[in-house]
Amino acid sequence: MSDSQVAFNREPVAARPTWHVILVRPESMTLLLLVAGLVGASILSPFFLDVNYILRSFTLTAEMSLVALVLTLVVISGEIDLSPAANMALSACLFAWMHDAGLALPLAVLVGLLAGLLMGAINAFMTIRLQLPSIIVTIGTLIFYRGLAQVIAGDRSIRLPEHFIGINTVMVFGVPLPVVIFVVSAIILGLVLGTTVIGRQIYQIGTNQNAALHAGINAKRIKVGLFLLLGVVSAAAGIMAASRLGSVRYDLVQGGELQMVLMAMLGGTYIFGGRGTILGTFLAAWLLVIVSTGMTVANLMPAIQLTVLGILLIVAIIATNFIYARTQR
Amino acid sequence: MSILRSLFLRREAGIALMIVLFCLAVGLYKSQFLTGQSLRIVLLLTPLIMIGAMAQMLVLVARHVDLSIGSMLGFSAMVAGLMYREFPDLYWLIGFPVAILTGAALGMINGLLVTVFKLPSIIVTLGTLSLFRGLTFIISDARQINRSDIPSELKAMSRTSPVFDIPWIILIAFGVALMTYVVVRHTQLGRQIYALGSNPDAAPLRGINVTKVTLIVFTLSGALSGLAGILYASRWGFVNPSNTGAGFEFQVIAAVVIGGVSINGGVGTVMGTVLGVLLLGCVAAALPLLGIPGSTQNAIYGAVILIALLIDRSVRQRNENKTSGVAAT
Repeated sequence: MSDSQVAFNREPVAARPTWHVILVRPESMTLLLLVAGLVGASILSPFFLDVNYILRSFTLTAEMSLVALVLTLVVISGEIDLSPAANMALSACLFAWMHDAGLALPLAVLVGLLAGLLMGAINAFMTIRLQLPSIIVTIGTLIFYRGLAQVIAGDRSIRLPEHFIGINTVMVFGVPLPVVIFVVSAIILGLVLGTTVIGRQIYQIGTNQNAALHAGINAKRIKVGLFLLLGVVSAAAGIMAASRLGSVRYDLVQGGELQMVLMAMLGGTYIFGGRGTILGTFLAAWLLVIVSTGMTVANLMPAIQLTVLGILLIVAIIATNFIYARTQR
Repeated sequence: MSILRSLFLRREAGIALMIVLFCLAVGLYKSQFLTGQSLRIVLLLTPLIMIGAMAQMLVLVARHVDLSIGSMLGFSAMVAGLMYREFPDLYWLIGFPVAILTGAALGMINGLLVTVFKLPSIIVTLGTLSLFRGLTFIISDARQINRSDIPSELKAMSRTSPVFDIPWIILIAFGVALMTYVVVRHTQLGRQIYALGSNPDAAPLRGINVTKVTLIVFTLSGALSGLAGILYASRWGFVNPSNTGAGFEFQVIAAVVIGGVSINGGVGTVMGTVLGVLLLGCVAAALPLLGIPGSTQNAIYGAVILIALLIDRSVRQRNENKTSGVAAT
């Protein structure tokens, strides 16, 4: 801590050694935890290191992980969205309800996706157009979307046709389809964020929106785009979850916003925007799977998992804040 | 004339008008809504929300948010319930200090995380929401505190009354509101909370101990959630690890935002919050009378929050235009 106080006499600081740059990054912390988790869990149970078992477990959270990837972009751009879990539930309920009412399956899927897009548009309208803080807006839409799902589905669960069920049992080269979708999306989004102009602009908006505006970046358009993307992806994730579960209830992934935010934070995304990577969220998603299946294998009751998730979120954000404070230019 | 005019332009007048119009509209349809009996129902629906809303108002005015109040309510109620079950001979009133102090301790944890580590309160309390809920399961071993374990004197507080046939818990709720009013209007602490929320950067320059004020606000939020927890046990006669307090934060945030407390900090009155709570209570009481299923309640809460945000924004914009004469960009 005392080092940072010398910052007054502005001498040129020596470039940090490469190992330092690589090691003192939030993603490295995530990777380290991931390895530690793997080792720990395999000590707890010898069956744990079965790749197929881990892949199968990952299908349980693949939908949320997928959404967390897009959420990472939103957080980097300086906003936040707590409504995607509710969006998933409402899109899935609407989709299942439409199909139940006799709409053809592809059309019902389309309706679900459009609903997701609309929900993203509502979030975007209120936060970008009306300049309301995204935190409170998305708390409102979280309750609203989940409430609408409850209105549509009531307390019953809507069954889906047999041929639609089981996306998690479809294998592509021995890997479950949801995992493939997640990995491919991560690669695409990672490339967009890391190598394209839009990716750089997202970072710039999150770092300093005013500066970005003066640099001629259309911050509003990019943010609206991100909210819309998040809406559609959430809807797709909701429909994927419906296929995995075989039926839909309004409380689908209830409380899932915690896990999504947790994945982003654990992957080193800076809550105040401007920093973070898709790689981090990607690793964090796997870390969470390892942790939760590890706890299941160790026979811990679900409530303890809830506690651990809460603690992890707080620790993750303390750690990333600390690392970023240390490496501030 | 001008006094009358400013009275009408006050936010509180708008809410009061909404309550009157809403009740009249429901009353036209179902005349039994306009009787003393339904006033009693409305009032009995609101005490917990009223207490939570007072806490949340202070937190929002200080430009923070506390999402963990429902979990703090559940945890405190569970601690008191466990005490009643394990030590049935204890004097029943001891449950009050126990629950309040438990809540205060939890709230202080939130406050410490926010102040010491400089973390955003939304993420901290999202984490502790899950953490405290998990702990509630752990301390209770996932078992409910039954009706028979809760002292009959405590349960009687929701029915018996010292004056005018108004049950104790309603009196306590309004007592809390009155005390909050005194704190907000007539103490240094109250003024400091508003100053902090209006401009967090300027507050320390005015000699306000930001850390202390923030810590107090979060501790108060916890303590009041604890009070709401013991009253929950009184009102419903049981404490359940998963149900008790779940979703409480959403009802409370809805009430507070309707009451005109600004999410941007620094703005909000006790009177407005009380009216917001009452409006929410009227809506909740009217739904079953109108034959609208209870499953729509969450959607309505969500919609109400969003509408309140829109109103809040248009009011703010009008004021800005009035004072500066410059249109917002």
